[in-house]
Amino acid sequence: MKKFAKIDKDRLLLGIAAPVLAVVAALVVTALVLLATGKEPFKAFQIMVSYGFKSDSQVFILNEATTYYLAGLAVAIGFRMNLFNIGVDGQYRMGAFFGAVVGGMVTLPSFLEIPLIIVVSMVVAAAWSAIAGFLKVGRGVSEVIATIMLNSIATAVISYLLQPGRLAHLNSNTNSVYTTMLPKSAWFFTMTTNPAAGPIEGFIVIAVLAGVAYWFVLSRTRFGFDLRTVGQSESAAEASGVNVKKMIVTSMIISGALAGLVGMPALLNEAHTYSDEFPTGIGFIGIAVALLGRNHPVGIGIGALLWAFLDRTSNWLEFNGYDKEIVGVIQGVIVLCVVIAYEVVRRYGLGRQQRKVGEELAAAASLKTVEKAEVTA
Amino acid sequence: MRRVTRFAAAGIATAALALSATACGASSTQSSGSSSSSGKGSLKVGIAYDVGGRGDHSFNDSAARGLDKATKEFGGTPKELTAKTTDTDQDREQYLDDLASNGYNPVIAVGFAYANALKAEAPKFPKTTFAIVDSVVPGSNIDSMSFATPESSYLAGVAAALKSKTGHIGFIGGVDNALIKGFQAGFQQGVTDTKPSDKVTVQYLSTGSDLSGFSSPDKGASAAAGMLSQGIDVVYSAAGSSGTGSIETVAAKKGAWAIGVDSDQYQDPALAKYKDSILTSAVKNVDVAVYDLIQSVHNGKPLTGNNTYNLANGGVSLATSGGFIKDIQPQLDAITKKIISGQIKVKQTP
Repeated sequence: MKKFAKIDKDRLLLGIAAPVLAVVAALVVTALVLLATGKEPFKAFQIMVSYGFKSDSQVFILNEATTYYLAGLAVAIGFRMNLFNIGVDGQYRMGAFFGAVVGGMVTLPSFLEIPLIIVVSMVVAAAWSAIAGFLKVGRGVSEVIATIMLNSIATAVISYLLQPGRLAHLNSNTNSVYTTMLPKSAWFFTMTTNPAAGPIEGFIVIAVLAGVAYWFVLSRTRFGFDLRTVGQSESAAEASGVNVKKMIVTSMIISGALAGLVGMPALLNEAHTYSDEFPTGIGFIGIAVALLGRNHPVGIGIGALLWAFLDRTSNWLEFNGYDKEIVGVIQGVIVLCVVIAYEVVRRYGLGRQQRKVGEELAAAASLKTVEKAEVTA
Repeated sequence: MRRVTRFAAAGIATAALALSATACGASSTQSSGSSSSSGKGSLKVGIAYDVGGRGDHSFNDSAARGLDKATKEFGGTPKELTAKTTDTDQDREQYLDDLASNGYNPVIAVGFAYANALKAEAPKFPKTTFAIVDSVVPGSNIDSMSFATPESSYLAGVAAALKSKTGHIGFIGGVDNALIKGFQAGFQQGVTDTKPSDKVTVQYLSTGSDLSGFSSPDKGASAAAGMLSQGIDVVYSAAGSSGTGSIETVAAKKGAWAIGVDSDQYQDPALAKYKDSILTSAVKNVDVAVYDLIQSVHNGKPLTGNNTYNLANGGVSLATSGGFIKDIQPQLDAITKKIISGQIKVKQTP
């Protein structure tokens, strides 16, 4: 028992080492970039920290991180399966768009209206993602290619339908095109903080629940075990009786369904309509966040918060005369460093493990030879 | 055991975050002084650009020109922020909030994407003057700048009809939104009013929420190439930076003309190689509007309400640089007068 706990601690340390290493390396690189552009780096970091911890920044970061967290989970499910779902971006937009259209058509009490919109969004997003899953098992099309293409198709489909006279209206004052506004009953609750900071969006609760569900399904169910097995070795999983094809389609569908939640904070908590200003590109942030969080539900949460913190502070950096692009550099460098750091730490861990096993084997072997010697003697 | 600690850790982390958000810490807006403290000579202009920002060769740049001119004349320190494609209304509100709460006045939002954000923010800072380009937002402290681009496009249509030898004219729109359809409507009307037998071929580069048509010179180039092969000899493109691709392609064909948009593209150093093929440009003087607003705030009489920039007040115009439309200038002037007097009603939708 004691031995198990020790191994776990080692693993935990190694697990934490990688992201910490990555963030530190990213900060060093960014400091060098800032120095190269003739700016004082520590002032910039200080500006970011002091602004990022203001109360309204905290609220903003939590709200932004809610969306990023859901995107990260959607991508991570695929990663655990060794599937690279780049299509979260198209999936959440398709889901949110049709959710907004259906929600705008009916007015029901909140306890029906909100679940209806969420379910429509999840189903549409899952169906969109399933196309890539079926193409992979049926025709051997790489899910990377299929999902990238489906992103473009999603853009085109939404553009076609989001037109005045089709499924949208034109506001001639503001020139924006939007779907029918959701009824008040579809507005998700918010939690009030102090008035200057603004409300925390209620969808954060759903995000936390999704995180718990993700953890439970992956680490406490047969399905999750199968999924991780397939991710580690397809042939081994096949040999031990897992239907790999079914797993691929199912996990693409689950990944898509989670993607269907990504657009919901923006739809139910903020805009209450899908307009041509609906945020795009969150699926790609999800990839970075999932990488950063090592596909672990708590890790993804930290990754999402870090990303939102960087987003938030980028505006303020620009305000203080730094180039806004600096934060883009930090984000990019973090992702690169994460990938490198994980590999370094993984190799280190593997080497350690091998050494340990080697030592134990050697010890056992020497013991045996001693025994043998005793027997012969 | 492990399960419990993990849950506990997650729970504590969440609770700590929620607590810190609700209870402690000053907000960023509280820390900095009151708004609209701008005394004379210390004009603090805040501007929030749309995606692309300064350097987009299109309307953000035009707004930047107006800002630069005003800064040169009135002094002061402008603050420029730029939107990203992943921005929500919340992000855009934050840009405006950051500017207004730090004493920037006026605060100028470039592009209709800021409409909702402005609706939410303007009432919070009654002493600050806000402005928005290409959108009408009601409010006693808001200057809504709209541009009568169909009028300048009408003139471009007249010029195209008079200069075309084949009688076949092309219109390339960036994205088929209401704004660009206004360009198309005016242009088509200008052509057919001048030469009823002339034909206008219309092509859009992308539709709806897909805004790539404003930033894809390759798409502009292939659309223009297609038009040239059909015998079209004048191409008007209202397509942001995609227009550069179309101008480049048109310039490669002898005898064909390109018509530019938003700024006087004959003067654009990036297009200097092709300027001899740029017949004229339908100019939208965002810079004039921005300058006017800053000047009005500087003089203590801020502009508010719905301000339309049209042919009559020089807010939109047809560029004359290059002198290619010098021979037809009297006709254009006569039509300009008719539009201003209301004798010619320019259509807003095709």
